Amino acid sequence: MSKTSVNTNESFFKKMIHSQIFIPIAALLLLTLFNLIWDPSFFKINIGPDASGNQVLSGYIITILDNASELVILAIGMTLVTAASGGQDISVGAAIAIAGSVILRVLCGSDSRSTELQAPIIVAFIIACVVAMLFGAFNGVLVAYFKIQPMVATLILFTAGRSIAAWINNNELPIVTDVSLSYYGNFIPGIPIPTPVFIAIICVIIIMLVLKFTTLGLYTQSVGINEKSSRLNGLNPELIKLLTFVILGLCVAVAGLIKVGRFSTINYSVIAKDIEMDAILAVALGGNALGGGKFNMMASVLGAYVIQYLTTTLYKLKVSSDALSAYKAIVVILLVVLSAPIVREKLAKLGKKLKKKEA
Amino acid sequence: MRNKILLEMKNIYKTFGTVKALQDVQFKLAEGEVHALMGENGAGKSTLIKVLTGVYSKDEGEVILDGKAVAIHSPQDAQKVGISTVYQEITLCPNLSVAENMYIGRGSGVGQNWKKMNSDAKKILESLDIPAKPSQQLGSCSIAVQQMVAIARAVDMDCKVLILDEPTSSLDEQEVEKLFKLMRDLKSRGVGIIFVTHFLEQVYEVCDMITVLRDGKFVGEYEIADLPRIKLVSTMLGKDLDDLSDIKVDSATYDGNDKDDKRIEAFSLVSDAGIQPFDFYIKKGEVNGFTGLLGSGRSECVRAIYGADRVLGGNVKVNGQDAKISKPINAMKKGIAYLPEDRKIDGIVGDLSVRDNIVLALQVLKGFFKPISKAEAYKFADEYIKLLEIKTASADTPIKSLSGGNQQKCILARWLLTNPEYLILDEPTRGIDVGTKVEIQKLVLKLAGEGMSITFISSETDEMLRTCSRLIVMRDRKVVGELSGDDLTQGKIMETIAGGEGKDE
Repeated sequence: MSKTSVNTNESFFKKMIHSQIFIPIAALLLLTLFNLIWDPSFFKINIGPDASGNQVLSGYIITILDNASELVILAIGMTLVTAASGGQDISVGAAIAIAGSVILRVLCGSDSRSTELQAPIIVAFIIACVVAMLFGAFNGVLVAYFKIQPMVATLILFTAGRSIAAWINNNELPIVTDVSLSYYGNFIPGIPIPTPVFIAIICVIIIMLVLKFTTLGLYTQSVGINEKSSRLNGLNPELIKLLTFVILGLCVAVAGLIKVGRFSTINYSVIAKDIEMDAILAVALGGNALGGGKFNMMASVLGAYVIQYLTTTLYKLKVSSDALSAYKAIVVILLVVLSAPIVREKLAKLGKKLKKKEA
Repeated sequence: MRNKILLEMKNIYKTFGTVKALQDVQFKLAEGEVHALMGENGAGKSTLIKVLTGVYSKDEGEVILDGKAVAIHSPQDAQKVGISTVYQEITLCPNLSVAENMYIGRGSGVGQNWKKMNSDAKKILESLDIPAKPSQQLGSCSIAVQQMVAIARAVDMDCKVLILDEPTSSLDEQEVEKLFKLMRDLKSRGVGIIFVTHFLEQVYEVCDMITVLRDGKFVGEYEIADLPRIKLVSTMLGKDLDDLSDIKVDSATYDGNDKDDKRIEAFSLVSDAGIQPFDFYIKKGEVNGFTGLLGSGRSECVRAIYGADRVLGGNVKVNGQDAKISKPINAMKKGIAYLPEDRKIDGIVGDLSVRDNIVLALQVLKGFFKPISKAEAYKFADEYIKLLEIKTASADTPIKSLSGGNQQKCILARWLLTNPEYLILDEPTRGIDVGTKVEIQKLVLKLAGEGMSITFISSETDEMLRTCSRLIVMRDRKVVGELSGDDLTQGKIMETIAGGEGKDE
């Protein structure tokens, strides 16, 4: 590459445009540009005391980073599931309700208004992880071994999940009064940045390390692209698909912890509502093929931040929450169409023509 | 005297990124002519065909049909002006019926007369002697029949120009004969046929003209009588080929008198792919082969040994020790490698790079927690790209954008990289040009000389004769004989394949 140092600039630019991560980055830049022009105060970050008297950072950017956390974590698992199975898990929102419910159940014991924790939070979290991974495995078995389409297979848990979550706590709404749970959803005293931001970053780092130090990436992609040939190369496609669903289950449990941490309680029908669609969108915005195969994890993660960025920007513009989805849809359509290979090819051609005319 | 020129392609250029796939290529086709388009892998045959059929858009050049310049931007355009194509790999929909496949995308308007469609399809199938029912699901037909349905579809579209891109590579001899009859039939009706193939005999059997491409460039157009076989080969390669027969009979790597150094033994092995239980053995450094007609169970036998199909009974010994092989990974761990017959379905992982495809098997053997580093993977890939002369823009190119033969070489590289003790090659030379064929045959003999045991399966008997020292003959999913030594002749093989049915009963 370095041999052609003369047109490095051009080829770097070209590579940029053709690389998969270009679309989420371009979307981030566009949104930033828009906000800069519209109202630069968007980017103002204040420091001041919050309700409990901590000095904390606040501002739209912090809101974005904070609120995107669950989505980022889910996007990680969703990317792997998409790559290996060529389909998506639409039950993650319901599964978060279950995981959250489990955490509260363990923390509160049998008394939904207990004033002290009945078990350490870490124990509650680990139990939630196990439960969420089991539900992930349930989805995974349906998809991998019974060969049911992922959307259909996960429709079962999507339908039943919130009822199961309510049932875990006998349909009561436990409230945790101990503040230590809220550390996971809000701020830890003395640290001005919301905890979910760190949790999301840690999850991203972990998955990056896993992708680097194991062959998870190669295996999932290979299975997603050509299952038959993967099998003949000694892989166990069923097991790998199952594994991705279990990993997604783990992601769900982490997201569940953040969600209940935010409110110290749960509303079964509202918690993490529609988050599955945003998670799928994050994968799509990252330019990953929803039909499975090759993926770019960083692009998915950025995709998740783009979606939250967009949502927050729309809130800032005082779009009413009823109309929000419609506006979001318009922008998403634009982004997804732009990232479609066929459009990019056309654009590249157009660019070439323009260049020729100039010359 | 040549008939009226039907189709002319002038000064065609096409580049992919930095690869110049076609440079100033010319092609002429007359009415009622069978015109062979020849060249090595990656010479640009497929690209030229795809430009003609509108799959790719050309960068420069002109296509003239019936004296008029035509612009073809999509396969539909091509169909409209009367250019039909049957591709090397089946491109029909396996989950639709035969008749639906023949008429899909051809109706004008929304309505479809299903009854008429089925009866029309039936007529065509009957007239072409194709053993398929119109209402049958296409996927349930053998590959050969699927191929013929594809041809029937093209034939039925009243095309002026019919392109056959490697149509015969999955057909057996009788089927090829049928196809040729069909081609002559069409020829007499004035259809111009472009025939892309690697089978030299077939070129000389049906073709009138030959156009040769090399490295994306036009080399020449010849009348069949002016270009004897050996000349054709050297024109394609751009050098004088040391005579094909040269490599013969250093194959005395195995003299049959070895001690019982059996590498693999199988006893009454049977799988769910519908073969009769069979016994098998191979010695160290031996090259043997399964032969028989297409569908006789050759592939199924080796797949049973490798654990690719579900093994229902029998046992296998590797190096004298009992081995339980129920999945491919078991076989791989015992040093067995398998290059599958159907490269597109069982071989390549399309979207992955050449590099990933080459290291895949080795990586799986090493295990989940021991990823091969990028640097190492590049080293392996570059080594084999060089060794097997794989034509690719780089090791990062997705394997699906390579030509068929080069894909095959990548899969071969994948298995050589695992350094197997026993290598199964199922049709390794299908769709591969003559030069590479010889290279692969030489490689097989060289590896055997180094002690590797190899099972070689090919539809071309002379290729088997050249490489194998022992042939296992199959008929109707059953092993019916074994030939070695002086019995290894074309005639004897045919005799055994044909067999005396009475004896068996």
